[in-house]
Parts: sequence; structure tokens; C-alpha cells
Amino acid sequence: MKHLKVSLVAVLAVVMATAGMAVAGTLDDVRAKGFIQAGVNGDLFGFGKPDEKGVWKGLDVDTARAIAAAVFGDANKVKFIPLTAKTRFTALQSGEIDVLTRNCTQTLGRDTALGLDFCQVNYYDGQGFLVPKKLGVKSAKELDGAAVCVLPGTTTELNLADYFRANGMKMKPVVIENTAELAKAFFAGRCDVLTSDASQLASTRSVAPNPKAYIILPEVISKEPLAPAVRHGDNQWKDIVNYSVLAMINAEEKGITSKNVDNMLKSTDPKIQRFLGVSPGNGKALGLDEKFVYNIIKQVGNYGEVFERNVGVNTTLGIERGLNALWTNGGLMYSPPFK
Amino acid sequence: MNEDYRTTESEKLKPPVTSVGVIGWLKGNLFNSWFNSVLTIVTLYFLWITVPSFIRWAFVDSLWISTGAECHQAGGACWSIIPANIRFILFGFFPYESQWRPLLAMILLVGLLYYSQNRNHWKKSLAYAWILGLFIMGLLMKGGLFGLDSVESTQWGGLPLTLLLSVFGLTAAYPLGVVLALGRQSKMPAIKTVCVIYIELIRGVPLITLLFMSSVVFPLFLPEGITVNKILRAQAAIILFTAAYIAEVVRGGLQGMSKGQYEAAESLGLNYHQTMRLVILPQALKIVIPPTVSILISAFKDTSLVVIIALYDILKTTQSVLSDPKWMGFSAEAYIFIALIYFVCCFSMSNYSRRLEKELDRSL
Repeated sequence: MKHLKVSLVAVLAVVMATAGMAVAGTLDDVRAKGFIQAGVNGDLFGFGKPDEKGVWKGLDVDTARAIAAAVFGDANKVKFIPLTAKTRFTALQSGEIDVLTRNCTQTLGRDTALGLDFCQVNYYDGQGFLVPKKLGVKSAKELDGAAVCVLPGTTTELNLADYFRANGMKMKPVVIENTAELAKAFFAGRCDVLTSDASQLASTRSVAPNPKAYIILPEVISKEPLAPAVRHGDNQWKDIVNYSVLAMINAEEKGITSKNVDNMLKSTDPKIQRFLGVSPGNGKALGLDEKFVYNIIKQVGNYGEVFERNVGVNTTLGIERGLNALWTNGGLMYSPPFK
Repeated sequence: MNEDYRTTESEKLKPPVTSVGVIGWLKGNLFNSWFNSVLTIVTLYFLWITVPSFIRWAFVDSLWISTGAECHQAGGACWSIIPANIRFILFGFFPYESQWRPLLAMILLVGLLYYSQNRNHWKKSLAYAWILGLFIMGLLMKGGLFGLDSVESTQWGGLPLTLLLSVFGLTAAYPLGVVLALGRQSKMPAIKTVCVIYIELIRGVPLITLLFMSSVVFPLFLPEGITVNKILRAQAAIILFTAAYIAEVVRGGLQGMSKGQYEAAESLGLNYHQTMRLVILPQALKIVIPPTVSILISAFKDTSLVVIIALYDILKTTQSVLSDPKWMGFSAEAYIFIALIYFVCCFSMSNYSRRLEKELDRSL
């Protein structure tokens, strides 16, 4: 039995490795198809989720739209394929999708053994704790013996166990499969603490019967850089995805928005001229239209616009920029020069 | 004299008040022994605690048309989640302006199913009607002809997807199951072995495994760039799974037939196919109607498992609505609505099977 298992795993690994290696020319495939297939979450408000009319909304969704705008000059030439946490990587390996923009944490294991390549991070997240104020806890170090509500099957559960073990504390995990049910259980008092990515905690708190009765503890116990992923080995396609995200960040740095981008075309700044494709070079280097940055900014917006539209302080999620601010504002968003 | 006689004759004593009317019924049915009396009182007590608060929650304090924010303020049920999101729940990602198309396709399907219930309608014209109906349904869903916009099957979702998976899954699984059952009874060793292995293999794994195989493992074995439609893969898994179960039920029916039936058919000079088609199967399939229907019903409900491979059937579209912060926390209301839809479908299936059983009953 054990041999069988080992050999099965080996076969799968070989299949995955070959599936990961044997690719080249996603750009040509995509051009031939006439659209991009993007794997997205489907259930995560602010990142990837259809609205009442079935129109896709979210930060990851807009990232995929930016890639479509770069490749086709039309942000709508993208098909969204909702994927579960379990099916997401296979869908990419098997070629069912061209790019995975599904709040995936970049890790060494995924980057290597799974045959993926992660591109520029589009959201820096981290795992935190949400507790009721009346518990009187000020720090995660005081959570010894707590019952913790957690989603199964993600890195969240593992981080939680690691954190408690590292600090010599005990806990009782309360594992619930569905985000909405998890929040319900927490508000009903079935557990003392809810742990999840910080972006999720904010949205969970916003739907509490009394949001002011809950606080997010200061500790962030894990790094969760969420990045789009492509198949390993297709460098041109990876560059395109990479620089589509970077273009949005660079545009914010340069103060170019979807509203003023037409005026910016007339700018005399050579950096901006090169960036927007007025003076050519960048597009050809990537194998794209020279106007690709213009198309992204015009149709999707710069990173700041996309962030504020989907998860920013004026949305239901109400998330501050924090780590996702530009490097000039104390965040981590930094773009190499476009030249 | 006669009259006197008649009056005395017709004079009847009324039974005691305690054994007729409401009191009599109560005494006879609810309090006829100390054990039943205790049960009655306990049940009444539970009803007393639960029913009024449920009615208060569901009907008195409830909101029917409002926004999510208003619902979060109110204490009762928030039925508003249904009307506010009904089109996404029912049709998923189907383009918003074209949602009349899946609606029409569903009405057509339900209409055809309803019409086909009556066995008097089972004629050749009905078969043509089905072929035409299926063509129109396909056209409505897929588009691309007669000025209808083309809609990718990845955009199908909600109730049409549930109906598609179950109606086609069940109609394809049934004949396959019968063939497998006959194969398992076969005297030819190769066929028999293949059927036994197939049935036991499929019955030995849960449906979730098959769905995962079809959606995660199967694509890895295909050459790069070739992908088989996801709905088709799930559909195939459901058909293969259900067929194995139906095969075993039908085998039960075949074994239940007395040997005399086989011998009688043989003595009439019927060959194998005639024996099966004219004598054995009509009787065997009739015997197994109840277990077959219960398999079909559970297969219908099992189609909701496709959520794990991220197909947006009606359960998944509902869950997706529930993950919107505006409507988070009103899962009870949404699930009650979905439960009603499932109940209506399953109940009409079992109702029909009971009617069919009665109609086909030729026993003496």
C-alpha cells in the first residue's frame, strides 16, 4: 500500500513537472484564441467575486483585465474561471488558464516544485487575529488556551499552529470550511479568536452585528505576498504579466491616472513619453503594442485607483494602504524604471 | 303498535363524549397509553418553544425587500437576500441581458418533462418533440445562430446547470446501468469481468473522488493546450457514478425474476435479446422502480458536489452571494430557499414514481 502511494506520488510529480516544462509561446496561444483565460477566486469580495449581475469585480480581476489590455488593447478580452484552493494550480499546469490571479501566496515550494512562476506581487497580505474587545486581550501573546476559528486547507491553519507552538501556547482550533459560516460562528461566540489574512479580517469585522466591539490585534504572524502566477519556463509571458502589474504601480508613482492619461501623452518628460509609448521601445521589447501601458491605465487605471475601487477605505472592506502603499509613502510597492 | 316498535328500535344511545369527536380522537391517538402521553407532552413542549420563535423570525420580524445594511439592523429573517440576488442565484454568469434565454430553456425542459409524464403521450411524435426541444435548448444556452450571441459554457451556472447535470446525467446513466447489469449477469466471462470490475471500482470510491479525478488529474494526462470542457468532465463523472449504482439495483430486479420466466421465454423460441426485451426487463425494471428512483433522487442531490470543482451550480451561486459582505450572515434564509427548490424537484420525482408504479401494477 505504501509503495503504491509512493509510486503514485512519483508519477504525479513527473506529470506535473513535464506539464510545467513543456510550454512556450503562451502569448501566441492567447493571440490565436483572442482572449486570456484567468483563474480567479470567485468568493472573495474585493479580490475576485461576481456582483449581483454576474460581472466580475476585484483587485485580482482588474489585474487580469490589465494583462488583457496590454496584450489586446481591450481590457474585456479576458475570461474568468473561478477556481477553488484545491484546483487552482492544476488548472494552470494543464493549460486550462493562462494566468492565475487568485490571491495566491508566493512561496518557495510553489515557485519550484509546482512548476509555477510568480510575478510582481499585487497585494501584500499577512495573517492576523480578530478578537472581541470584551476579551480584554491586547496582544496575540495573551491568547494561550484560546479557541481559534480558522479556515481549513490553506497556509492559514499551518501558520496558526506554528505561531502557537513557537510561543509555547496552547489553542483549540475550530475549523469551519466556509468564510461566511466561520464569521457567523465567531460572532455567535463559538470561538474566542478568528484568524485569517488581514484583508479578510477587515471585511469580517465590517459585517459584525456591532463592528466596534471587535479589534484586530497588532501582530501579523505571517507574510502573504499575493501574486499572479504563470507556468514555469515561458519567460516572455511572465515578463508581460510582470510588467502589466508594474505598469500600474509605475503609473501611480508618476501620477498618471485613467482620467489624466490622455493629457499625459502630451507630456514633455522623456520618462513619461517612453512609459506611455509616445517614444517607442518598451512595447517592442515585450512583443506588445507600444501603447500597452496607455491601454492599461486608460481602461483599468493605476494601482492606487484599482486598490481604492476594490478594497480601499471607501469600500465595504475599508482597508488602509499600509504595506501596499507606494515605497515613497512607506509601503512596498516599487517599480523598476520602464526603459 | 308498529310506530311504537319503530321508535324503541331506532332509539340509540350516544357514545360517551370521551370517545368521539376531538376528545375521542385525542384519547385514541395521542394519549392511549402512558408512554404515548409522555411523548405527546414532550413533543408539544418542543413545538411550543420552537414554532412561535420560528414564525416570529420568518414572518413577523422579517424583511422582504430591503438592502443588506437594513437587514443587519433588523432582528428577523432577511428574505431580501433572495430578490436582491435572484438572477445571479438562478443564472450565474450568464450575460445579464440574455438571461431570458436560460429561463426559456428551463421552462421548455420542465414543460417537456411534465408532458412526458403521461404514458399516453409516449409516441413517436414525443420523441421528435424531445429532439426539437433539446436542439432549441442547446441553441438558447449556447447561442451563435439566428442572431443569438454566443455564450461560452463556462458562463453557464445556477439552476440551468443543476438541471443540465441532473437531467442528462440521469437519462444517460439509466440505460448504461441496465446494460452493465445485463453484462454482469452475462455468461461470457470477458464481459462479465469487465462489468464487475467497473461496478465495484466505481462503487468503491466516493463521487467527490471521481469529480476530482475528472477535474484535477485527468487534464494532466492530456497534451498541453488540449482541454476538455469542464462541465462535460463533471457530467461524465456523474453519469459513470450513477450508472454503477443503477446497475446493482437492476441486477437485484433481474435476480428477483423466477426461473420460470426465462424458461417460458426459451420454450417460446425467443432468443436472448427477445427474452430480455419482451419478458424479463419489463418485469424486472418494474420491480425495481422504488430503489431506482431513490438512487436518481440522491444522484440529483449529489450534483451539488460540483461546487468543489468550482462549477457554479445553484448551491455555489448562493454561496457566492453569501460571501458578499453586504449579505454575509444570512445563510439560513438563502439555504432555506435552495432547500425548497431541491425539495420541489425531489418530491415531484418520487411522486411520479409512485404514480408510475401504480399504473404499471398488473399483479393479481
